[in-house]
Amino acid sequence: MRHDLVLRVIAKLMMPFTLLFALYVQFHGDFGPGGGFQAGVIAAAMVILYALIYGLDQARKALPDWLVETMLAGGVLLYAGVGMAGLMLGGNFLDYFVLHADPVQGQHRGIFWVEAGVAVTVSGVMLKIFYMFAGRGRDPE
Amino acid sequence: MAITVIVLVRSRNLFSVVVMGGIYSFLMATVLVALDAPDVAMTEASVGAGMSTVLLLSALYLCRSEEAKSLRGLWLPLAVAVTTGGMLVFGTLDLPAFSDPAAPIHTHVAPRYLNDALRETGVPNVVTDVLASYRGFDTLGEVTVVFTAGAGVIALLRRRRNRKQAGPQ
Repeated sequence: MRHDLVLRVIAKLMMPFTLLFALYVQFHGDFGPGGGFQAGVIAAAMVILYALIYGLDQARKALPDWLVETMLAGGVLLYAGVGMAGLMLGGNFLDYFVLHADPVQGQHRGIFWVEAGVAVTVSGVMLKIFYMFAGRGRDPE
Repeated sequence: MAITVIVLVRSRNLFSVVVMGGIYSFLMATVLVALDAPDVAMTEASVGAGMSTVLLLSALYLCRSEEAKSLRGLWLPLAVAVTTGGMLVFGTLDLPAFSDPAAPIHTHVAPRYLNDALRETGVPNVVTDVLASYRGFDTLGEVTVVFTAGAGVIALLRRRRNRKQAGPQ
Protein backbone atom coordinates (compact mmCIF):
# COMPACT_ATOMS: atom_id res chain seq x y z
CA MET A 1 0.00 0.00 0.00
CA ARG A 2 3.02 2.25 0.13
CA HIS A 3 2.42 3.66 -3.33
CA ASP A 4 -1.31 4.29 -3.16
CA LEU A 5 -1.67 8.06 -3.23
CA VAL A 6 -5.35 8.18 -2.23
CA LEU A 7 -4.82 6.00 0.83
CA ARG A 8 -1.77 7.93 1.92
CA VAL A 9 -3.46 11.31 1.68
CA ILE A 10 -6.71 10.19 3.31
CA ALA A 11 -4.84 8.47 6.13
CA LYS A 12 -2.78 11.55 6.77
CA LEU A 13 -5.97 13.64 6.84
CA MET A 14 -7.70 11.27 9.23
CA MET A 15 -4.92 10.89 11.75
CA PRO A 16 -5.19 14.21 13.60
CA PHE A 17 -8.94 13.83 13.83
CA THR A 18 -8.59 10.31 15.18
CA LEU A 19 -6.19 11.54 17.82
CA LEU A 20 -8.52 14.43 18.64
CA PHE A 21 -11.41 12.00 19.00
CA ALA A 22 -9.32 9.83 21.29
CA LEU A 23 -8.54 12.84 23.48
CA TYR A 24 -12.21 13.84 23.43
CA VAL A 25 -13.23 10.34 24.54
CA GLN A 26 -10.56 10.49 27.23
CA PHE A 27 -11.38 13.85 28.76
CA HIS A 28 -15.11 13.90 28.08
CA GLY A 29 -15.47 10.46 29.65
CA ASP A 30 -16.69 12.16 32.82
CA PHE A 31 -19.77 13.47 31.05
CA GLY A 32 -20.47 11.18 28.13
CA PRO A 33 -19.67 7.61 27.20
CA GLY A 34 -16.02 6.77 27.07
CA GLY A 35 -12.98 6.71 29.27
CA GLY A 36 -9.39 5.67 29.41
CA PHE A 37 -9.82 2.22 27.92
CA GLN A 38 -11.66 3.34 24.80
CA ALA A 39 -9.42 6.36 24.32
CA GLY A 40 -6.31 4.21 24.57
CA VAL A 41 -7.60 1.83 21.92
CA ILE A 42 -8.54 4.68 19.57
CA ALA A 43 -5.13 6.30 19.96
CA ALA A 44 -3.45 2.96 19.27
CA ALA A 45 -5.70 2.47 16.24
CA MET A 46 -4.41 5.74 14.83
CA VAL A 47 -0.80 4.56 15.02
CA ILE A 48 -1.77 1.18 13.57
CA LEU A 49 -3.45 2.91 10.63
CA TYR A 50 -0.25 4.85 10.10
CA ALA A 51 1.75 1.63 10.24
CA LEU A 52 -0.59 -0.09 7.76
CA ILE A 53 -0.39 2.70 5.21
CA TYR A 54 3.16 3.95 5.61
CA GLY A 55 4.85 0.76 6.72
CA LEU A 56 5.86 -0.58 10.09
CA ASP A 57 9.32 0.95 10.02
CA GLN A 58 7.94 4.47 9.72
CA ALA A 59 5.61 3.89 12.66
CA ARG A 60 8.46 2.44 14.70
CA LYS A 61 10.48 5.53 13.88
CA ALA A 62 7.68 7.83 15.03
CA LEU A 63 6.87 5.83 18.16
CA PRO A 64 9.89 3.72 19.04
CA ASP A 65 9.75 0.45 20.92
CA TRP A 66 11.31 1.74 24.11
CA LEU A 67 8.60 4.42 24.35
CA VAL A 68 5.82 1.87 23.86
CA GLU A 69 7.32 -0.41 26.48
CA THR A 70 7.63 2.51 28.88
CA MET A 71 3.96 3.32 28.29
CA LEU A 72 3.11 -0.31 29.08
CA ALA A 73 4.46 -0.08 32.60
CA GLY A 74 4.03 3.65 33.08
CA GLY A 75 0.22 3.50 32.98
CA VAL A 76 0.02 0.88 35.71
CA LEU A 77 2.54 2.82 37.78
CA LEU A 78 0.55 6.02 37.28
CA TYR A 79 -2.62 4.28 38.45
CA ALA A 80 -0.92 2.76 41.47
CA GLY A 81 0.82 6.09 42.08
CA VAL A 82 -2.56 7.79 42.44
CA GLY A 83 -3.38 5.15 45.04
CA MET A 84 -0.09 5.77 46.82
CA ALA A 85 -0.66 9.52 46.71
CA GLY A 86 -3.92 8.97 48.57
CA LEU A 87 -1.97 6.90 51.08
CA MET A 88 0.67 9.60 51.52
CA LEU A 89 -1.92 12.31 52.08
CA GLY A 90 -3.48 10.41 54.94
CA GLY A 91 -6.28 8.46 53.25
CA ASN A 92 -6.69 4.86 52.23
CA PHE A 93 -5.17 3.31 49.10
CA LEU A 94 -6.96 4.75 46.04
CA ASP A 95 -8.78 7.24 48.27
CA TYR A 96 -9.42 10.29 46.08
CA PHE A 97 -11.09 12.48 48.66
CA VAL A 98 -7.79 13.60 50.16
CA LEU A 99 -6.26 14.67 46.84
CA HIS A 100 -7.79 18.14 47.07
CA ALA A 101 -9.14 20.35 49.82
CA ASP A 102 -12.62 19.94 48.37
CA PRO A 103 -13.53 16.21 48.36
CA VAL A 104 -15.53 16.45 45.12
CA GLN A 105 -12.60 18.16 43.41
CA GLY A 106 -10.37 15.44 44.83
CA GLN A 107 -12.57 12.80 43.22
CA HIS A 108 -12.31 14.67 39.92
CA ARG A 109 -8.56 14.75 40.16
CA GLY A 110 -8.25 11.11 41.14
CA ILE A 111 -10.53 9.89 38.36
CA PHE A 112 -8.67 12.02 35.83
CA TRP A 113 -5.27 10.57 36.64
CA VAL A 114 -6.55 7.03 36.98
CA GLU A 115 -8.19 7.23 33.55
CA ALA A 116 -4.97 8.64 32.12
CA GLY A 117 -3.10 5.64 33.51
CA VAL A 118 -5.60 3.25 31.96
CA ALA A 119 -5.33 4.95 28.57
CA VAL A 120 -1.53 4.91 28.56
CA THR A 121 -1.28 1.24 29.45
CA VAL A 122 -4.00 0.11 27.04
CA SER A 123 -2.61 1.95 24.04
CA GLY A 124 0.89 0.78 24.91
CA VAL A 125 -0.18 -2.86 25.09
CA MET A 126 -2.21 -2.69 21.87
CA LEU A 127 0.69 -1.10 20.01
CA LYS A 128 3.22 -3.52 21.43
CA ILE A 129 1.16 -6.55 20.42
CA PHE A 130 0.70 -5.12 16.94
CA TYR A 131 4.40 -4.33 16.59
CA MET A 132 5.28 -7.84 17.73
CA PHE A 133 2.91 -9.59 15.35
CA ALA A 134 3.56 -7.38 12.37
CA GLY A 135 7.30 -7.48 12.89
CA ARG A 136 7.60 -11.23 13.17
CA GLY A 137 7.32 -12.25 9.53
CA ARG A 138 9.84 -9.78 8.22
CA ASP A 139 12.50 -9.40 10.88
CA PRO A 140 15.70 -11.00 9.66
CA GLU A 141 16.25 -13.84 12.06
CA MET B 1 -26.29 -11.57 13.42
CA ALA B 2 -27.58 -15.10 12.91
CA ILE B 3 -26.76 -14.89 9.19
CA THR B 4 -23.27 -13.66 10.03
CA VAL B 5 -22.68 -16.58 12.36
CA ILE B 6 -23.89 -19.11 9.78
CA VAL B 7 -21.62 -17.65 7.10
CA LEU B 8 -18.81 -17.58 9.67
CA VAL B 9 -19.17 -21.26 10.50
CA ARG B 10 -19.52 -22.42 6.89
CA SER B 11 -16.67 -20.38 5.49
CA ARG B 12 -13.34 -22.09 4.91
CA ASN B 13 -11.42 -18.98 3.89
CA LEU B 14 -9.85 -17.50 7.02
CA PHE B 15 -9.71 -14.01 5.54
CA SER B 16 -13.47 -13.89 5.13
CA VAL B 17 -13.84 -15.42 8.60
CA VAL B 18 -11.87 -12.52 10.09
CA VAL B 19 -13.89 -9.94 8.17
CA MET B 20 -17.17 -11.60 9.17
CA GLY B 21 -15.97 -11.58 12.77
CA GLY B 22 -15.50 -7.82 12.50
CA ILE B 23 -19.02 -7.44 11.08
CA TYR B 24 -20.38 -9.54 13.93
CA SER B 25 -18.63 -7.29 16.44
CA PHE B 26 -20.15 -4.19 14.88
CA LEU B 27 -23.62 -5.74 14.99
CA MET B 28 -22.97 -6.63 18.64
CA ALA B 29 -22.01 -3.00 19.27
CA THR B 30 -25.33 -1.80 17.81
CA VAL B 31 -27.16 -4.28 20.06
CA LEU B 32 -25.30 -2.81 23.05
CA VAL B 33 -26.28 0.71 21.99
CA ALA B 34 -29.87 -0.48 21.82
CA LEU B 35 -29.45 -1.78 25.38
CA ASP B 36 -28.39 1.74 26.50
CA ALA B 37 -24.79 0.74 27.16
CA PRO B 38 -22.78 3.16 24.98
CA ASP B 39 -19.58 2.66 26.99
CA VAL B 40 -19.54 -1.06 26.35
CA ALA B 41 -20.63 -0.54 22.74
CA MET B 42 -17.69 1.77 22.17
CA THR B 43 -15.29 -0.80 23.59
CA GLU B 44 -16.83 -3.56 21.50
CA ALA B 45 -16.61 -1.51 18.31
CA SER B 46 -13.03 -0.40 18.86
CA VAL B 47 -11.55 -3.58 20.36
CA GLY B 48 -13.76 -6.30 18.90
CA ALA B 49 -14.23 -4.91 15.43
CA GLY B 50 -11.15 -2.77 15.02
CA MET B 51 -8.24 -4.01 17.05
CA SER B 52 -8.79 -7.76 17.04
CA THR B 53 -9.54 -7.72 13.30
CA VAL B 54 -6.22 -6.01 12.63
CA LEU B 55 -4.37 -8.39 14.94
CA LEU B 56 -6.00 -11.46 13.37
CA LEU B 57 -5.18 -10.19 9.89
CA SER B 58 -1.55 -9.63 10.84
CA ALA B 59 -1.47 -13.14 12.31
CA LEU B 60 -3.04 -14.43 9.09
CA TYR B 61 -0.22 -12.79 7.17
CA LEU B 62 2.14 -15.20 8.91
CA CYS B 63 0.26 -18.39 8.02
CA ARG B 64 -1.88 -19.82 5.23
CA SER B 65 -5.29 -18.25 4.73
CA GLU B 66 -7.17 -21.47 4.01
CA GLU B 67 -8.52 -23.53 6.88
CA ALA B 68 -7.04 -27.03 7.01
CA LYS B 69 -9.40 -29.99 6.85
CA SER B 70 -10.08 -31.36 10.29
CA LEU B 71 -8.41 -34.72 10.85
CA ARG B 72 -10.64 -36.14 13.57
CA GLY B 73 -14.38 -36.40 13.58
CA LEU B 74 -16.59 -33.42 14.30
CA TRP B 75 -18.82 -35.15 16.80
CA LEU B 76 -16.74 -34.64 19.94
CA PRO B 77 -16.31 -30.86 19.47
CA LEU B 78 -19.99 -30.59 18.59
CA ALA B 79 -20.97 -32.48 21.74
CA VAL B 80 -18.74 -30.26 23.90
CA ALA B 81 -20.16 -27.10 22.32
CA VAL B 82 -23.78 -28.23 22.67
CA THR B 83 -23.25 -29.31 26.29
CA THR B 84 -21.56 -26.04 27.25
CA GLY B 85 -24.21 -23.98 25.47
CA GLY B 86 -26.98 -26.00 27.09
CA MET B 87 -25.49 -25.49 30.54
CA LEU B 88 -25.15 -21.75 29.95
CA VAL B 89 -28.78 -21.48 28.82
CA PHE B 90 -29.82 -23.58 31.82
CA GLY B 91 -27.92 -21.14 34.04
CA THR B 92 -29.75 -18.14 32.60
CA LEU B 93 -33.11 -19.71 33.51
CA ASP B 94 -32.51 -18.77 37.16
CA LEU B 95 -31.71 -15.14 36.39
CA PRO B 96 -34.40 -12.55 37.10
CA ALA B 97 -36.47 -11.37 34.15
CA PHE B 98 -34.93 -8.71 31.91
CA SER B 99 -35.22 -5.17 33.42
CA ASP B 100 -37.05 -6.51 36.47
CA PRO B 101 -36.90 -3.62 39.00
CA ALA B 102 -37.01 -6.03 41.95
CA ALA B 103 -33.95 -7.97 40.83
CA PRO B 104 -31.24 -8.19 43.50
CA ILE B 105 -28.77 -6.22 41.41
CA HIS B 106 -31.12 -3.22 41.35
CA THR B 107 -31.75 -3.22 45.10
CA HIS B 108 -28.24 -3.57 46.54
CA VAL B 109 -25.68 -0.88 45.64
CA ALA B 110 -27.03 0.28 42.27
CA PRO B 111 -29.51 2.81 43.75
CA ARG B 112 -26.75 4.38 45.83
CA TYR B 113 -24.51 4.71 42.76
CA LEU B 114 -27.30 6.19 40.67
CA ASN B 115 -28.59 8.58 43.32
CA ASP B 116 -25.44 9.71 45.11
CA ALA B 117 -22.69 9.45 42.51
CA LEU B 118 -23.11 12.99 41.23
CA ARG B 119 -23.08 14.46 44.72
CA GLU B 120 -20.17 12.38 45.96
CA THR B 121 -17.86 12.57 42.97
CA GLY B 122 -19.19 15.40 40.84
CA VAL B 123 -18.88 13.29 37.68
CA PRO B 124 -22.17 12.83 35.82
CA ASN B 125 -21.24 9.63 33.97
CA VAL B 126 -22.07 6.91 36.48
CA VAL B 127 -20.09 4.32 34.52
CA THR B 128 -16.94 6.37 34.98
CA ASP B 129 -17.76 6.87 38.66
CA VAL B 130 -18.15 3.18 39.34
CA LEU B 131 -15.19 2.22 37.18
CA ALA B 132 -12.64 4.69 38.47
CA SER B 133 -13.82 5.59 41.93
CA TYR B 134 -16.13 3.13 43.66
CA ARG B 135 -14.49 0.13 42.04
CA GLY B 136 -11.01 1.59 41.73
CA PHE B 137 -9.36 -1.57 43.02
CA ASP B 138 -11.04 -3.71 40.35
CA THR B 139 -9.94 -1.36 37.61
CA LEU B 140 -6.39 -1.36 38.95
CA GLY B 141 -6.53 -5.14 38.69
CA GLU B 142 -7.85 -4.91 35.14
CA VAL B 143 -5.07 -2.57 34.09
CA THR B 144 -2.58 -4.97 35.63
CA VAL B 145 -4.14 -7.80 33.61
CA VAL B 146 -3.77 -5.78 30.41
CA PHE B 147 -0.18 -5.01 31.34
CA THR B 148 0.48 -8.69 32.04
CA ALA B 149 -0.95 -9.62 28.64
CA GLY B 150 1.39 -7.20 26.93
CA ALA B 151 4.35 -8.40 28.97
CA GLY B 152 3.45 -12.00 28.15
CA VAL B 153 3.38 -11.29 24.43
CA ILE B 154 6.75 -9.59 24.66
CA ALA B 155 8.21 -12.50 26.61
CA LEU B 156 6.85 -15.14 24.23
CA LEU B 157 7.72 -13.53 20.92
CA ARG B 158 11.04 -12.10 21.93
CA ARG B 159 12.56 -15.19 23.47
CA ARG B 160 11.93 -17.15 20.29
CA ARG B 161 13.89 -14.63 18.29
CA ASN B 162 16.81 -14.83 20.68
CA ARG B 163 16.83 -18.60 20.57
CA LYS B 164 16.96 -18.60 16.79
CA GLN B 165 19.81 -16.15 16.86
CA ALA B 166 21.67 -18.33 19.31
CA GLY B 167 20.95 -21.50 17.34
CA PRO B 168 23.40 -21.39 14.41
CA GLN B 169 26.29 -20.10 16.46
